[in-house]
Amino acid sequence: MNIILSTIDAISNWARSNSLWPLTFATSCCGIEMMSVSASDYDIARFGSEVFRASPRQADLLIIAGTITHKMAPLLLKLYEQMPEPKYVIAMGACACSGGMFKNNSYSVVYGADKIIPVDIYLPMCPPKPEALIDAIRKLQSEIKKESLTTRKELIAKHKSKLKIQDDLDILIQEDVNIFKMGI
Amino acid sequence: MSIFNLIFVEYLLKFNILEWLIFVLWQIICFVFISLLMIFAVLFLVLFERKYLAFFTRRKGPNRVGLYGCLQTVADGIKILFKENITPKNADKFIYFVAPIIVFAPILTVYSLIPFSSDINSYKSDIGILLFMAILSLPITGILFAGYSSGNKYSLIGGMRSCIQAISSEIPIFLTLAGIVILTGSMNLNEIVKAQYSFLQWNIFPAILGFIIFFICSLITLNRIPFDFPEAESELVAGYNSEYSGMKFAMFFLGEYALTFIFSTYIATLFLGGYNSPFGFYMADLFDLRLITGELIRNIEQFFWLILKTFLLILIIMWIRAAYPRFKTDKTLELCWYIFIPLAIFNLFVLCIVQYFRESL
Repeated sequence: MNIILSTIDAISNWARSNSLWPLTFATSCCGIEMMSVSASDYDIARFGSEVFRASPRQADLLIIAGTITHKMAPLLLKLYEQMPEPKYVIAMGACACSGGMFKNNSYSVVYGADKIIPVDIYLPMCPPKPEALIDAIRKLQSEIKKESLTTRKELIAKHKSKLKIQDDLDILIQEDVNIFKMGI
Repeated sequence: MSIFNLIFVEYLLKFNILEWLIFVLWQIICFVFISLLMIFAVLFLVLFERKYLAFFTRRKGPNRVGLYGCLQTVADGIKILFKENITPKNADKFIYFVAPIIVFAPILTVYSLIPFSSDINSYKSDIGILLFMAILSLPITGILFAGYSSGNKYSLIGGMRSCIQAISSEIPIFLTLAGIVILTGSMNLNEIVKAQYSFLQWNIFPAILGFIIFFICSLITLNRIPFDFPEAESELVAGYNSEYSGMKFAMFFLGEYALTFIFSTYIATLFLGGYNSPFGFYMADLFDLRLITGELIRNIEQFFWLILKTFLLILIIMWIRAAYPRFKTDKTLELCWYIFIPLAIFNLFVLCIVQYFRESL
C-alpha cells in the first residue's frame, strides 16, 4: 500500500511542482518585478510557470505582489478561497510579508498578508529582484516535492484554521487602526 | 476498403473469428488511432506553442522537465488531473457538467472525417466537407452552455460573444467551401484531395482569395488571437471557462488545441493538396517494392506530407498570435459581414469562370 501511495505521491509532486500556474494578481510595485520575471531576461517559463491565469479557478500559485490594504484584504481572502486545492502562496515583498515600511505607521495597510491567509514562502526585500522571485518559486518547488497526499490533508486543515473570515477581518482592521493610533 | 482494413480482416479470418467481431474490433482500432493522434497532437501543440512564443520574445521556454522541456505538457496534464473540481453555488449543475463534453465530443468526431492518407480515413462520407462544418457548429453550443450555466456575468458575455462570432464567420466560410466544390466537383474530401494530384492543381492557386478569407474566418472560429473574444483575458477574466477548474477546464483547453490541429488539416486538405506530395511522386513509387510494403510506405509518406502542411499552417496561426493585439468585437463583425461576404461571393464568381475555362479546354 505504501509503495503505491509513494509512487502516486512522487508523480503528483513532480507534476505539481513543475507546473505552478500563477494567478494574475499584483497590487503594487512588486507586480512590475513579477511581470519582468515572465519577460525575456529572467524567463519564468523555464520552470513551467509562465501560464498566468486570470481566473483563480485555474491557478495553483498566488503571488501576493505588493501591499495589502484593508480594502484589498477581503478580496485577497476571496481570491484565495476561490482557488482549487492544491494551492500555494508566496508573499512577495516586504509589505506582503510584514507590512514593510508601512508597519506601525499606516492606518490602511494590513501588517502582513499572513494575517489573512496562510503563506507558504516569504520573500522579503522592497521590491525583490526577479532573481529572488525565481528563487522563491524554486524553494516552493522543493517544498512541494517533500509533501505527500496524506499529509496534504492535515496541511489543508491547518491552513483552514489560519483563514480569517469576514468578521475576523473587521476585528483585524480595528486592531491595526488601534496600533496606528497608539503610534501617533 | 483500405489496405489496412484488408490486412487486418485477412489476418483475423485465419483464426476463424466471427465477422461482426472483426468489424467491431476494427472500429475500436480506428477510435484508438484517432484518440491517440488527437492526444499526441494536443500535447505536442501546447508545448510547441509555448516554446514558439518563447522564441518570439527571446526567451528559452520550458526546459526543466524532460529533455528540452518535452514533458512539460505531461506535467500540466497530471497536475490538472489531481486538482480539485469546484462547482459554483449559482451554477446550473447539469448544464455546467455537460458543457465540456458537448465542446469536446464533436471535435473528436471530426477527426474521423479527415483523410490522413489515401487509406487512413475512418469515415468516408460523400458530404464530408459539409459534415465537418456541421459537426463543428456543436462546440459553440457547448461554449454558450458553459457561459450560461456558470452563473457568472463574464462567462455569459464570453459565451454570447462566441455565438456571435460563429454566426458571422460561418457564412464566408460556407461561400468559400462552395467555391471548392465547384472547382473539384465533389463534396467528398477524398475526391477533393485526389483532384489536387500535383502542385499546380492545388486549389490555392485559383482560390487564393478564398484561402485568405477561409484562413482568417477559421481564426475567428478557433477563437485564436487576434479574435479571442470569448476568453479575452483583459476584458472577461477568462471568458466562458472562468468558473471551470480541474478536468473540466482541461477539456476546454484540449478541445481548443485539438480543434486548431484538425482545422489546419482541413484547410490543408481543401487548399494545399491534402496528403498529396507537392512533387507529384512518392519515394515508395521509385523503388520496386512488393504491393503491401509499398502501400504502407506510401501511406506513411502521405501522412507525413499532410502533417507537414498542417504544421506550416499552425506556425502561421501561432505567429499571428505572437504578433498582433486583439481586434474589437464590432470591428470583427463588420469585417465578416461587410468585407468577407462580398469578397467571398466575388471569389465564387471568379472560380466559376476558372472552372468554365478549365472544362472547355
